Amino acid sequence: MPSPSDTTFRNATIAVLVENEAGILARVVGLFSGRGYNIESLTVAPVDQNRRLSRITIVTSGTDMVIEQIKAQLDRLVPVHRVSDLTLEGPHLAREMMLIKVVGKGENRMEALRLADAFRARVVDATTESLVFEMTGAGDKLDAFIELMRPIGLAEISRTGVVAIARGPGGLLA
Amino acid sequence: MSATLQTQTEARTMTGAEIVLQALKDQGVEVIFGYPGGAVLPLYDALFQQNAIRHILVRHEQAAVHAAEGYARSTGKVGVVLVTSGPGATNAVTGLVDALMDSIPVICLTGQVPTHLIGNDAFQEADTTGITRPATKHNYLVKDINKLAGTVHEAFYVAKSGRPGPVVIDLPKDILIGKGPYAEAPQAPHRSYRPQTEPGADPIREAVRLLKGAKRPVVYSGGGVINAGPEASRLLTEFVRMTGMPCTNTLMGLGAYPSTDPQFLGMLGMHGTYEANLAMHGCDVMLNIGARFDDRVTGRLNAFSPNSKKIHADIDPSSINKNVKVDVAIVGDAARVLAALIEAWKEESAQQDKAALAAWWRQIEEWRGKQCLAYVQQGSIIKPQHAVKRLYEITREMGRDTYITTEVGQHQMWAAQYFGFEQPNRWMTSGGLGTMGYGLPAAMGVQIAHPDALVIDIAGEASILMNIQEMGTLSQYRLPVKVFILNNEYMGMVRQWQELLHGSRYSESYSAALPDFVKLAESFHARGIRVTRAEDLDAGIREMLAHPGPVIADIAVAKDENCFPMIPSGAAHNEMILAPGQTGGVAGVTDEGKVLV
Repeated sequence: MPSPSDTTFRNATIAVLVENEAGILARVVGLFSGRGYNIESLTVAPVDQNRRLSRITIVTSGTDMVIEQIKAQLDRLVPVHRVSDLTLEGPHLAREMMLIKVVGKGENRMEALRLADAFRARVVDATTESLVFEMTGAGDKLDAFIELMRPIGLAEISRTGVVAIARGPGGLLA
Repeated sequence: MSATLQTQTEARTMTGAEIVLQALKDQGVEVIFGYPGGAVLPLYDALFQQNAIRHILVRHEQAAVHAAEGYARSTGKVGVVLVTSGPGATNAVTGLVDALMDSIPVICLTGQVPTHLIGNDAFQEADTTGITRPATKHNYLVKDINKLAGTVHEAFYVAKSGRPGPVVIDLPKDILIGKGPYAEAPQAPHRSYRPQTEPGADPIREAVRLLKGAKRPVVYSGGGVINAGPEASRLLTEFVRMTGMPCTNTLMGLGAYPSTDPQFLGMLGMHGTYEANLAMHGCDVMLNIGARFDDRVTGRLNAFSPNSKKIHADIDPSSINKNVKVDVAIVGDAARVLAALIEAWKEESAQQDKAALAAWWRQIEEWRGKQCLAYVQQGSIIKPQHAVKRLYEITREMGRDTYITTEVGQHQMWAAQYFGFEQPNRWMTSGGLGTMGYGLPAAMGVQIAHPDALVIDIAGEASILMNIQEMGTLSQYRLPVKVFILNNEYMGMVRQWQELLHGSRYSESYSAALPDFVKLAESFHARGIRVTRAEDLDAGIREMLAHPGPVIADIAVAKDENCFPMIPSGAAHNEMILAPGQTGGVAGVTDEGKVLV
């Protein structure tokens, strides 16, 4: 086992399979705040009702040494089944969903709809003076769309944070 | 088969309180340390109606946890605590963090307001699972009586498996009163928590290859070897002797290797010996077994053992590569790791460089020749080092099985330096958290577990006052604990740092308005002894040891003595400060070092 670097800084997308029980999210979040690790995004939802499992996806950053620490610290939590560093373990898909509200009339409204079409954002709510788009993609694509909407009449954003999964046949549940 | 299954699944119905006690009995619990209150009255009522489990009534919940720690650390069993909701639970928190930092297996049962009142700010309600989440290895709130028995069994598994630690089970009062099924401990492996105990073959081979090729090896072992049971200490001794390597122990690891063995270098770290720290600094291969490269051991990280290959064996993967990058990582139980190392050492055909090892030992002997722990006892004023040394020598002469606990501060370091241990589980101290007030309750727990042994709390006059109320517990249960106070009328370690780092401005570190410890002992129905002159020291120690009941021996020692050697904060191992009159170290604390604790 090569020892991790304490100088190179990297991002990591970590998938954690946990018992779906009260307090598990607090344990994970408390671990990050208590030890001073970054959380750039965190999502959680049940993924297997029969086996009472939830999956947490955490995007974090740090030196290799810190990221190895984060994984080891997560792995020793009692209700944690598996920890997978998707960034390290091979190609993976990472997606985020966003609902974004744009307020405006006339030409601004038309411009918003044209750009939404180019970005494959769907209109999920419309009034005469507002639009809500639903959009899924990598985080930087969402960022780009937000920047385009800002001068047009950006009113509100709600983002899910990143969910991710490894490409190919392997997986955490296997 | 189906008949067996039938009896196993056939549920016995009991109250929640009875379920808890039955589960404790099934887990082999003989004694619990606790303090009653409203939310746990059903449990106390069930305790009253049985004889299998003994309850020791402490005087403060923090002390209950320290007593359970002393019990656990001296027996290898899980210590059990029972406290009420709200203040009972919050008072226990310091003990829980102490057990977490020092990897001591403890189960703490806390009362809770009934489930329908949780979240309503009820009387004596606290969010115990929320408060203790970062204070425990794991915690539970039982809201379904059907899960109660299973939760207690699981708590024991979690507390003692892998790296041990404290586990809280929060028990709402309606769960304790309600009726439900009892279940025995499950045979199936835990769903998610299965720590690795068996080391991999590859890192073991790699470690032995490095150690065989070493010219200047050192073995550095910690509390993990103690936690792995007496067999691990035996294997450590066997391995160190068969390889001829020098061995040093951390504060938590003292007793794992016999202190009188010539291959033992003493404790390492901030107040470790000159030879241990310089061996760590100068080695070319370091084998760390069950220690965690704590800042008290490493000193300045970027100057820590700069030219060595490092092998780290630990049962907790998160301890590896946390502070210090290592070359070979071995995950496993210390006893299994040592057994595997011994086996692989015998199989490896490469020969040790005996000439290099002999030269290394000559170097170590030269460092040893400094006699870094030497002190001069002159006149009537008692040197604290001398008091501990005489205590050690006299107890050795007596040949009684002796257990030492300490409080925290200078006296703790002097105890570590001058009291030798030949066996594990004889030394109980608060290493990670540094909890003043640990020693007296811990000694209670040790004495409960070993009624015929000699149990001594080496204390300071400031620390002892933090849990002095436990004299009442000693008295109630006739526990013949000896409290040996090195009384210098200062929070000595604070005073020492103020002298060295803050221009001798002794801000708030003087122990003003001290009690008369002799009268204090007598008021708790114990013997009180005060010794003020060196010529009376031995007689005082002998009187303390001869008394069949609890004793406070108040030993007036030199007020301004500092604890040396010392690696100042932010300094490296080779920048140790030695006692005045000894040369070798480079003194001085940098501004960076001042920030450190």
